[in-house]
Amino acid sequence: MSDAKDRMVARAAKEIKPGMLVNLGIGLPTRVVNFLPDDLEAGLHTENGLVGVGPTLDYEHADRNLIDAGGAYISALPGGAFIDSATSFAIVRSGRLDLTMLGAFEVAQNGDLANWKIPGKFSPGVGGGIELAQKAKKVMVLTTHTDRKGKSKLLEACSLPLTARGCVQRIFTDMAVIDVTPEGFALKEIAAGLSVTDVVAATAAPLIIPDGEIAKF
Amino acid sequence: MRLPEKVTGMEKAVSKIKDGASIMVGGFGVPGTPFNLIAELVRQGQKDLTLIKNDANEKDMGIDHLLANGQVRKLIVTHLGLNAHAIGLMNEGKIEVEFCAQGILAERIRAGSAGLIGFVSDIGIGTELAEGKQMVEMDGKSYLIEKALRADVALVHADSADAFGNLCFAKTARNFNPLMAMAADCVIAECEQCLPLGGLEADAIHTPGPFVDHVVAIDQLHEEYDIVRR
Repeated sequence: MSDAKDRMVARAAKEIKPGMLVNLGIGLPTRVVNFLPDDLEAGLHTENGLVGVGPTLDYEHADRNLIDAGGAYISALPGGAFIDSATSFAIVRSGRLDLTMLGAFEVAQNGDLANWKIPGKFSPGVGGGIELAQKAKKVMVLTTHTDRKGKSKLLEACSLPLTARGCVQRIFTDMAVIDVTPEGFALKEIAAGLSVTDVVAATAAPLIIPDGEIAKF
Repeated sequence: MRLPEKVTGMEKAVSKIKDGASIMVGGFGVPGTPFNLIAELVRQGQKDLTLIKNDANEKDMGIDHLLANGQVRKLIVTHLGLNAHAIGLMNEGKIEVEFCAQGILAERIRAGSAGLIGFVSDIGIGTELAEGKQMVEMDGKSYLIEKALRADVALVHADSADAFGNLCFAKTARNFNPLMAMAADCVIAECEQCLPLGGLEADAIHTPGPFVDHVVAIDQLHEEYDIVRR
């Protein structure tokens, strides 16, 4: 994993505040757990059936009955609770999740998210993503700024089937931290070593640039 | 008085499954997948099955053996992301696949288990996941009607069970198991520990016995239950 991606994940981890209940989606978001301070009082939910996810375990220490939704072997924190799938999504749909961090194929400037299907190429099913995107109090996206062909994932409008409409509030990429505002994408922070011009060039939608110094991560 | 005992041999329990049956299969990834029951179903070879499961396991594991053996007509799942073989069969049109949002699948099964016809939800409105679903107006807003789901058979994996069919699940092996164990006409539970009546704390039971038809003690835990080193 590149240095910029690591810094992006570390930056995203700072969004998890004391008291929060958070779901980290499969892929890049799952890595956020490795950047959380030991003394943070917060809870992680994994939709396959645990509230109180602890650190990931290696194969020698793994419990065959204890995984996260991505299949990684994990531990449970003291006070954690195992739950069935209906209870797990009751937590999601009833608004008990303060934050979810999800991956993305495309994010639109109005907060629309597409992350589950590329017609004709990739359609493995939506899993729990739709409910997380639609019902968590805050939805943040972690993604590379561009796809493998260099095409921006941040767009004026999504072209792929949507996961949920208008759900995304903040985007962490390997280039920038960008908020979704009523006026569109707003640049908040920028990766060390990059210029505003670099981020604007890699973003296929208008970007609101703040006045003055922009924070680096 | 004494509660009835339902301990059944593996072969006899799985022989209750007929060609063309709809079968709920517990598990989310490896934990909770009834690998021993699935292996016996592969051996017996019932055909034209509809499987309802969170996922399709991974290639060469769990229900993938049923797919490879040509026993499956249709899958109702939430995603197939870890099984490229299943995605290939879907893309070639060799199996029919119906996708359902994960929590909605859980809730459809729960509604089926509770004798309900369906429920009303706003999940997926405005996306293609809502296409083709019946809508209903409530309090001035449009919502989706989600149909309850039941099956002919449920195959579940319990950590421990007693002879009456009371079940306890371990950690994240719980997942869909207690829901499916209430939503089928014939419920077969494999268990790692099979205890006599009274062997489970009545306060600690996850699935109560009246929902379970057959308790099958596992002689030797299937090797697919081991830690998966990817």
